[in-house]
Amino acid sequence: MIEFHLDATSGLSPYQQLVRQVRHALRLGLLREGDQLPTVKDVVAQLAINPNTVLKAYRELEHEGLVAARPGVGTFVTRALTDATFASHARLRRSLRRWLADARQAGLDDESIEALMETTFRTASQEDVA
Amino acid sequence: MTTALRAQGLGKRYGRRDALSECTLEVPTGRVVGLVGPNGAGKTTLLNLAVGLLTPTSGTIEVLGGRPAESPAQLAKVGYVAQDTPTYPTFTVEDHLRLGAHLNPGWDDALARDRIARLGLDLRQKARKLSGGQRAQLALTLGIAKRPELLILDEPVASLDPLARREFLQDLMEAVADYELSVVLSSHLVSDLERVCDYLVVIVDSRVRLADDLEAILAAHHRLSGPRRDPSTLPADQHVVSASHTERQTTLVVRADGPIHDPAWSVGQLGLEDLVLAYMGGPSVDRSPRAALEVIG
Repeated sequence: MIEFHLDATSGLSPYQQLVRQVRHALRLGLLREGDQLPTVKDVVAQLAINPNTVLKAYRELEHEGLVAARPGVGTFVTRALTDATFASHARLRRSLRRWLADARQAGLDDESIEALMETTFRTASQEDVA
Repeated sequence: MTTALRAQGLGKRYGRRDALSECTLEVPTGRVVGLVGPNGAGKTTLLNLAVGLLTPTSGTIEVLGGRPAESPAQLAKVGYVAQDTPTYPTFTVEDHLRLGAHLNPGWDDALARDRIARLGLDLRQKARKLSGGQRAQLALTLGIAKRPELLILDEPVASLDPLARREFLQDLMEAVADYELSVVLSSHLVSDLERVCDYLVVIVDSRVRLADDLEAILAAHHRLSGPRRDPSTLPADQHVVSASHTERQTTLVVRADGPIHDPAWSVGQLGLEDLVLAYMGGPSVDRSPRAALEVIG
């Protein structure tokens, strides 16, 4: 069973944080197929958040095909995110490391690297949308 | 869908002073509504109008489709926990429960007693001997056990320590989940509201400045910073909430109907706290570019 927490400084809305924590737990294998997510009432009672927020997060996870709600029983994990992603990660991580080494060689410090990553990421996602 | 709260041109005037003016609102049921604004902005006036403790000077207000306090049935539908969660100091906890049962036709005694037991309150204890947190929980118990469709709370957690506050909000949210309760809650504690609310109403200077779904509000507001510029040159769909300038730089909080494309701005997200502060401190430039210019000068 996963235990949720909220980070007020994350810049993400509470519902986005819940979705992200489930995805993260699936990726790390902390949640596996068949596992139950806490009931809406449990999350509400634990975090003092709006029940609609939890419902919205669970609906989004359901929409992504990661969990399924069984009426009257609870919400269960239907798909894990571990296996396939990790293999491809290794390759991506290697190329990212090479890129980072390049960036350092070019004289960029940590903050500049982060800024470059962020602006490139944003431009790329905007181009994808357009 | 029914509305929990509908106000049309609602106003309350004391002598020459407007406590609330031209308030037009429509809040659907099933929401947890946060009401924020500076002291004296008109929050308590709006809540008192909604429960029928005050009558409007102008306009109309409807609560769950009825006029506030118009009938016993209407009274039974709306619960009210007034500012600082008042209880009767010389009454015991037991007295409060009996009073609640006596005054409310829909009283759920099992719920009330179960909650009191869970909270570990002594039924024989007088209310003045309870801690602030316990008193607030007792008032909340009465509000929930009445089994209203809409529960209105005026600054319920203002005087509580962080632990008591969290417990109070946990219990309130559990009640929302259990009984499909609609809630309207005023508070200065924006970080609490961000957790518990899904609808926000901002009142400043007796006027409603903002009322919408919380996610929609957060998505529509941005912080723009860039080279100094006159805010009145912004596109028509960007409304300036607050503006500040240095010699070379302009920083704006804007409400925008669409995405910001202007490459001169660096666009940032805005937390709820900053957003509310922008409305509290910012000029009323919603539709008047002149007010924005005055800020520059």
